[in-house]
Amino acid sequence: MIKNSSYRIVSKMNFTSVIFTYIFILFSYLNPYNLFAQDSDPIDNSIVSNGEKIFKGNCTVCHAINDVVIGPALRDVHERRSEEWLYAFIRNSQKVIQSGDEYAVNLYKEYNNTLMTSFDFNDDELNSLLEYIKSESAKPIEVAVVEEDNDLEISSGAQSVVSNTTVNILTTLVVILLIITLVVLIQFNKLSKKYILLEDTISGKKLSESDKEFIEYKFNYKRFLKSDFILGATTFIFTIVLVRSCIDGLYTVGIQQNYQPAQPIAFSHKIHAGQYEIDCNYCHTGVNISKSANIPSVNICMNCHNAIETDKPEIQKILTAYEENKPIEWVRVHNLPDLSYFNHAQHVKVGGIECETCHGPIKEMDVVYQYSELTMGWCINCHRETEVNSKGNEYYDKLVALHGKNSKNPLKVQDIGGLECSKCHY
Amino acid sequence: MKKENRTYWKGIEQLKNDKDFIKNAQNEFPEYLPIKGSSNNSRRDFLKMMGFGLSAATLASCEAPIKKAIPYVNKPVDIDATIPNYYASSYVSGSDYCSVLVKTREGRPIKIEANKLSHISGGGTSSQVEASVLSLYDKERLQNPFLNGKKSDWKEIDNYIFENLKFNSKSNKNNYIISNSAFSPSSQKVIQKFKAKYNFKHVQYDQVSYHGSLEANSKSFGLRKIPYYDFSKAKVIVSFDYDFLGSSINHTLFNNQFAKTRAVNSNKKTMSRLYSFESNLSLTGSNADYRIPIKSSEQVFYIASLYNLLAKKYGKTPIQFKNEIVDSNLSMIADDLINNFGSSIIVSSSNDEYVQIIINAINEILNNYNTTISFDTPYNLRNGNDYEFNKFIKDINNDNIGAVIFLNCNPAYDHALGSIISSKINDIPLSISTSDRMDETASLVKVIAPDNHYLESWNDYEPIKGFFSFSQPTISKLFNTRQFQESLLKWSEDDSDYFDFMKSNWKKLSKSEGINTNFQIFWDQCLHDGFYELKDKKTFSLNSEISNLLKNVSFWIDQNYSPSDGNELVLYLNSSVGDGIQANNPWLQEMPDPISRVCWDNYLSISSKLANELNLQIGDMTTQKLLLKLDSGKEYLIPAIVQPGQAEGTVGLALGYGRKKSGAVGNNVGQDAYEMIEFLKGYQSLTIKNIQLSNSNEEYRIAQTQTHHTIMGRESVIQETTLKKYVEDPNSGQYQMKIYTSKGYKKPEDISLWKGHKYNNHHWGLAIDLNACTGCGSCTIACQAENNIPVVGKDEVLNRREMAWIRIDRYYSSDADVHDLKGLEKASENPDVTFQPMMCQHCNNAPCETVCPVAATTHSTEGLNQMTYNRCIGTRYCANNCPYKVRRFNWFKYHDNEQFDKNSSMNNDLGKMVLNPDVTVRSRGVMEKCSMCIQRIQAGKLKAKKENRRLKDGDINMVCESSCPSNAMVFGDMNDPKSKISKYLKIKRKEENKLQVNEERAYNVLDELKVSPNIWYMRKIRNKKES
Repeated sequence: MIKNSSYRIVSKMNFTSVIFTYIFILFSYLNPYNLFAQDSDPIDNSIVSNGEKIFKGNCTVCHAINDVVIGPALRDVHERRSEEWLYAFIRNSQKVIQSGDEYAVNLYKEYNNTLMTSFDFNDDELNSLLEYIKSESAKPIEVAVVEEDNDLEISSGAQSVVSNTTVNILTTLVVILLIITLVVLIQFNKLSKKYILLEDTISGKKLSESDKEFIEYKFNYKRFLKSDFILGATTFIFTIVLVRSCIDGLYTVGIQQNYQPAQPIAFSHKIHAGQYEIDCNYCHTGVNISKSANIPSVNICMNCHNAIETDKPEIQKILTAYEENKPIEWVRVHNLPDLSYFNHAQHVKVGGIECETCHGPIKEMDVVYQYSELTMGWCINCHRETEVNSKGNEYYDKLVALHGKNSKNPLKVQDIGGLECSKCHY
Repeated sequence: MKKENRTYWKGIEQLKNDKDFIKNAQNEFPEYLPIKGSSNNSRRDFLKMMGFGLSAATLASCEAPIKKAIPYVNKPVDIDATIPNYYASSYVSGSDYCSVLVKTREGRPIKIEANKLSHISGGGTSSQVEASVLSLYDKERLQNPFLNGKKSDWKEIDNYIFENLKFNSKSNKNNYIISNSAFSPSSQKVIQKFKAKYNFKHVQYDQVSYHGSLEANSKSFGLRKIPYYDFSKAKVIVSFDYDFLGSSINHTLFNNQFAKTRAVNSNKKTMSRLYSFESNLSLTGSNADYRIPIKSSEQVFYIASLYNLLAKKYGKTPIQFKNEIVDSNLSMIADDLINNFGSSIIVSSSNDEYVQIIINAINEILNNYNTTISFDTPYNLRNGNDYEFNKFIKDINNDNIGAVIFLNCNPAYDHALGSIISSKINDIPLSISTSDRMDETASLVKVIAPDNHYLESWNDYEPIKGFFSFSQPTISKLFNTRQFQESLLKWSEDDSDYFDFMKSNWKKLSKSEGINTNFQIFWDQCLHDGFYELKDKKTFSLNSEISNLLKNVSFWIDQNYSPSDGNELVLYLNSSVGDGIQANNPWLQEMPDPISRVCWDNYLSISSKLANELNLQIGDMTTQKLLLKLDSGKEYLIPAIVQPGQAEGTVGLALGYGRKKSGAVGNNVGQDAYEMIEFLKGYQSLTIKNIQLSNSNEEYRIAQTQTHHTIMGRESVIQETTLKKYVEDPNSGQYQMKIYTSKGYKKPEDISLWKGHKYNNHHWGLAIDLNACTGCGSCTIACQAENNIPVVGKDEVLNRREMAWIRIDRYYSSDADVHDLKGLEKASENPDVTFQPMMCQHCNNAPCETVCPVAATTHSTEGLNQMTYNRCIGTRYCANNCPYKVRRFNWFKYHDNEQFDKNSSMNNDLGKMVLNPDVTVRSRGVMEKCSMCIQRIQAGKLKAKKENRRLKDGDINMVCESSCPSNAMVFGDMNDPKSKISKYLKIKRKEENKLQVNEERAYNVLDELKVSPNIWYMRKIRNKKES
């Protein structure tokens, strides 16, 4: 929760708000509960974060700390059951139930005879998972946290409003200054004319030629508008604008930004990824290993939906597809042309890019739309700006060292050939 | 530094300095090339089209087509979209075998790779193996069973066969199962079962018969098998027309073993020596250190004379015969063999058992048995028996056959007596074929029960005794076909599944092997590896009967062989289309013959002397048809080409062509030569004596992919030396042009205008050992499959528009001086041959990059020359500026184009399943060339990155490299001092952007241009005797 809201604030990308975020993050570290958790077991930090990863990647589909989802709420589960029991149950719940364990059997019956998927975790993984649940259980029930969160968000929001008004005031000031200057200039002009006339009447002299011209000069607007210069300039500007808009128009050919087709099943990412915070990787299994992120197969939907909301018409469609062994024909949203090669694993697993970077606020989308342009310019631009995620990856060590010799700037994707044709076209 | 004064030329035209040739030598393409579909369109039409195109594009862009993304319903655990899966399997076609790995993407096989773990095939593939994946997607395959020429279903044909078999069992007629060599233990059990039930005889035959050799071994040692040859242990090899590198049994392994003996480096300065006696210039002959062109019919005299020379030395009784040959070559060979006692191999192609007995005798005298030749693990790949087949023919002629089953074989086409089968087959009450297509035999039988493709089948094989191999389905059946084993089981009234049948056999075997672990674990391991080797390979004790057998040989030779002055026809298998089973495979049809560079045809190869006698007019890509009259009276009109090295008085012709019913691609390509095969005392002979040749003066266009690329006297293309010179001076044979500057002579690289590139990360390079490359061409087909290279058809090859990214240039050489035209002509009768794989050289200072007006071809930070199709506007400047002529232009849209229907991998939905989804299918008007398998490089890099480590050797294999049976190529990162290529080329880096290759044999082609290629060639070394 904390992480999430901090992300949202950063995304507004405002300098002051960034500062406030840092302050906020600082505070969250000084948070007494966190301090308490750290006190109880000082080496916990990496274990807990590891456990969090495992929990979010595998468990959130059916479990939450405080709420009953498909399976029971896991708050204080370590107090309810022994460690060995939990290990055995996570690894193979069916075995535990079949062994006649009373608690397990009751649990199985209580939750509509739904079997828990078996997870082949090793002891370390299970340990960190339980540590995470322990640390989460130690926190007070969420409401308070949420309130705190909201407060902070409002205050930072207010801060950003303040900063916006500063910009506005500055602009207004400049505009007012400009107007004042203009008025002053016009007044000066008028005054100088009057002054010449006054001077002449006082001295009684005749007006000099230049002064006369200056005073009698009247601006001929009609002639000005019909002058060659103006006509030429207007035509020129008009043509330029026309050509520019034509070219701009042509550049949009084939770009499907904001393309939002209707899907055969009204699947909502907002509910799954947003509300229930199911890890993207849970359904899009290929995202870390292969070129394509994979549209989930029906059996993945069925992991949950054999039990959840089975009576809803949209879910019925999944059930029918599963029973009739007919694949669901989703409409492809992101259509990269065949001539370009894009690999999810390279970007997500190796590059450490968040899904949202390209796919936008997917957690808020009821119906998915294409968030990014997906043009070559867009790709290239990102390759120019993005730093290589070289930390801890031995593959890049030599490159980083060589780059460090010649440049003080961080190693960007473009520095390792990220702009070359054959990286994407072959 | 000694300079070699050898002259190389690429074809007869260059040698003869034809008028046409000289005119065209300066041009890349001949003039007046037609462009299909061009018409007299006016400029107005052009503008109309432009206008229409613009508006159509605008309209089309308003509404993008809706694309579907359809995931699995139930995703298999081990299949992830875009990640390839590999399955070990076995390629089997006719009597040929190869251990393979099948690469599948999303459940469809797209590439056949070599199984490097298996010992049976030596970790390489051949062109036919590589091409077999396209045969899976051949739309001409039968899609359901046929009964009496009509579409049927399995139930109907099963009932029909049951009834007829029952009826048939009442008659006294003979029943036959005909097949090619059978070497699958489980299938043989199925056949046994069926035979026992219905009283059938199983007759095996091979397209090119090994009957003589098998009979000789049977009589000599009591084992009717081809022994296991270990060429890697042989120091001297003498081959009498036996093409063990090109078309023999298991030639992928032979290539591998032979290459091991040819490898030379600073630590190993010895080589085997290969002598080849042959009529046609074969791959073996062109790789020989000494090639002696002889008439095939006189082979026996040479063999017997060689025996006598050795017999004299070792005190054995010589063979008395009339036409003993006294030849300095023979005595040189005899000396060499005596010096390498116990480590030589003598082989012959002869199908005469008495000739093979002499060969056995020679090998025995030289103590080669149990050293280089072994009967402990003999081959099961050739079991054909000419006598038994002749009995079958006799029974057909006498109407004495009740039922016949042709198991995946097509004798009506690929047997010499096929015409008898096709004329009489109608009289047989029950005839069944399991052919996968409506071929020459299947179209005549009553029932066709089509078999699965090998990529859809379960099976086990024992190609070498004690070495088992497995086949597993890599795709579910495309059509309503059924494995023949399953059909036979069904007809034997056994409803068990063939897979279960096979597994139960293996359960028994695992027990006898003492496998105590879980059978499933053993079985999974077998399928994973694709092979199983028996733990205890029993040794075969040789009881030689040779000395007794030799007594009859003299009489036999004098009776059956006499020298003749007339011309003779020598039939052979080439390494592209081969035996013709895969004739409908366009990749093989368009693969140029390694020697003649002819594709889409077979032809009479004749010596230049004969060409002069016949007044054969050979132009640029044109020739004339010769009228060939056989002794039997049959007449054929066949085009001829002049083949340097063709033995005088002989004419060559490839088998496997002239099919009538293989499918749209293979039908009527060339002339069927199987029907020309003669019978000598009951066994097949590929040498047809007493032929008459005359010039019909009928012009014929013949598609050759070489001869038009000229060497222009540049010695830096091919460098070679001899072993003796190499031992004395590892730099021998080096040619380096020096350029005169104001400061004296300098190496080209020292006066370069280029600054060079700096490669921080990788620097890809490829080293090709010309000594190991035998020119077999499996890399070319592998490249075609991997990189979606189109087939353009014969007409476009005639226009020099073939698309191959890698070609194997073949150069003939001569010792004569460049200006000595007479001398050149003399040497051309038997030239030395060098093969040179040629692909994009990925120049560091690439001349193509500098001339591209749109920067469609650029240099990468990893040393690659990249080609960006979507930027290319087709000026072809790059191709004109490429000194290696390796760029290919898409003159047409080869995909989805009816005019190129022979390009079957891109023109029908079924064929398209073979395309590699990681490589773009190029469209009309763009240039393309070797990308150094950039898709594999990128995949390999990603693999390393995902595992947070540096790349290591083996992460990336170029497709040509991994298919090569003789391991002639080494690919790797030249920036990594630990990589194989860095060690191989002895790379040192002095400056950041300057790479120093210290291997003495390594050179760049056309080094003087200083384009600085990343492809290195290792100088060829011949093992010549020098005084």
